[in-house]
Amino acid sequence: MTDYKRIVKDGLWDNNIVFVQALALCPLLAVTGTASNGLGMGLASTAVFILSGLSISAVRTIITPQVRIPIFVLIIAVLVTLVDMSMNAWVHDLHKVLGLFIPLIVTNCAILGRAEAFASRNALAPSLVDGVMMGLGFTLALVILGASREIIGSGTLFANAALLLGDWAHFLELQLIPDYKGFLLIILPPGGFIVLSFLLAGKRVMERTLAARRQQAAAGLPEAG
Amino acid sequence: MSNPPRPARERVSTQAILLGVFSLIATAMLVAGDLATRDAIAERQREDLRASLSQVIPDALHDNDLLAHPLSINDDQGGPLTVYRGTRGLQVTALAWEITGKGYAGDIRLILGVDPEGKILGVRVLQHAETPGLGDNIEASRSDWILGFNGRSLGNPPAEKWKVKKDGGIFDSFSGATITPRGVVAAIKQGLAFFQSHKAALTRAVVINSEEQDP
Repeated sequence: MTDYKRIVKDGLWDNNIVFVQALALCPLLAVTGTASNGLGMGLASTAVFILSGLSISAVRTIITPQVRIPIFVLIIAVLVTLVDMSMNAWVHDLHKVLGLFIPLIVTNCAILGRAEAFASRNALAPSLVDGVMMGLGFTLALVILGASREIIGSGTLFANAALLLGDWAHFLELQLIPDYKGFLLIILPPGGFIVLSFLLAGKRVMERTLAARRQQAAAGLPEAG
Repeated sequence: MSNPPRPARERVSTQAILLGVFSLIATAMLVAGDLATRDAIAERQREDLRASLSQVIPDALHDNDLLAHPLSINDDQGGPLTVYRGTRGLQVTALAWEITGKGYAGDIRLILGVDPEGKILGVRVLQHAETPGLGDNIEASRSDWILGFNGRSLGNPPAEKWKVKKDGGIFDSFSGATITPRGVVAAIKQGLAFFQSHKAALTRAVVINSEEQDP
C-alpha cells in the first residue's frame, strides 16, 4: 500500500526540493526576480517533473541498472526540449521572458534526482503523485522567493502576471509601494541568495517553534488529565 | 571459458541495444515535436518582428506589408543585413533595420527606423542584458530616453555632438550607467552613417515588388 499522504507531504514540505534538499538553485536564483517569473518557471518544471516521472516509471522494468542514468538524462532532455518548443509556439510572451531558462530545466538536478530516487522504483500512480507534488513544492518555493524579492526589490507583486495567465490576471498585478525607487541588490542574483537564506532560516525557526509547542502540549496533557 | 554464460540482461550488447532503441525513440519524439510547433513558432516570430517594426515605422506612412519584400544588403562590415521598407505606391516612405550596440553586459540589439531623408522615425530596444534599474532605462517602457532620438539625423546634431553629454555630446546619460547609453548613441550614429552611404540603393523606387503585389 503506497502512502500517498507521505508523498504529498514530502513534496510540498518535509522533503521540499528547495527548502530541504537545497537542489535546483541555478534556475531558482536565475528567474525569481518577480513572482510571475517564478510561477512560470515552476509550472514548466512541474510539467517536466510529471512527464519524466511517468515515462521513467513506465520503462523502469525494461532498462537495466547499467544504462539507467544515460537513459534518464535522454528522456529528461527530450521532455525539456518538447516543453521549450511548445511554450515558444503557444505561450510565446512568457517564453520571451523565461526563454533563456527553459533549456536550463535540463540541468535541474532535482528532476534526475527524483527519477533515480523515486520514479525508477515505483509504479505509475505514485510516480505521478510524486511528480505533481515535487513540482508544486518547487513552484511554491519559486513563487515565495520571487514574491519576496519582487516586493523588496521593485515594490510590486505579480507584475506581468497577465503574460502568463491571460488577461483576467491583471487584477493580480499590484503596485504595493507607490513611487518605489527599487532595491537593486535584491533583484540581482546575490539578492536571490540573501532572500533564500532568510527563507530557509525562517522555515527552521517556524518548525522549531511548532515542535516546541507540540512538546509543550504533550507534556501538558497528563496534567490536564 | 570456465565462467558460466552471463544472463541476457547483463550482456554488453543488451545495454547497447537498449541505448540505441531509446535514442531512436527520443529522435522520433523530437522530430514529431518540431513538426507540430514549427509553423506556430515561425508565425510568432513574424508577429514579434511586425510588432517591433510598427513601433519604429508609423502605420500611416506605408500601405504595404513591411515583412513582404525585405531588402538584403551587406552592411559596412560586410555582413548580411535585412532592411524592411515601408512603401506608399512605388515610393519608399520608411526604412527599418536592426543595429547592435556594445553595452555594459554584451550586445544591445535595437531596431532603427528612418524616413527616406535619413531622419529618425523611432528607435527601440529589442534585446539587452543591461543592469536592471540602471541600464534598462533604454527601454521605452521604463523611460522616455529612447524617444529623444526621434526626428534626429546625421546633421542634427552635428556629427561631433552625437555623443552622450559626459563625452561632450547632447544626449543624456543615466546616473550610474554611462556605458549603456554611450553604446546606444554610437550604434544609432553608425546606423545613420550606413544609411547615408547606401541611400540611393535603399530608397530606390520598388518596381519589382509592386508588380508582384499587383497580380
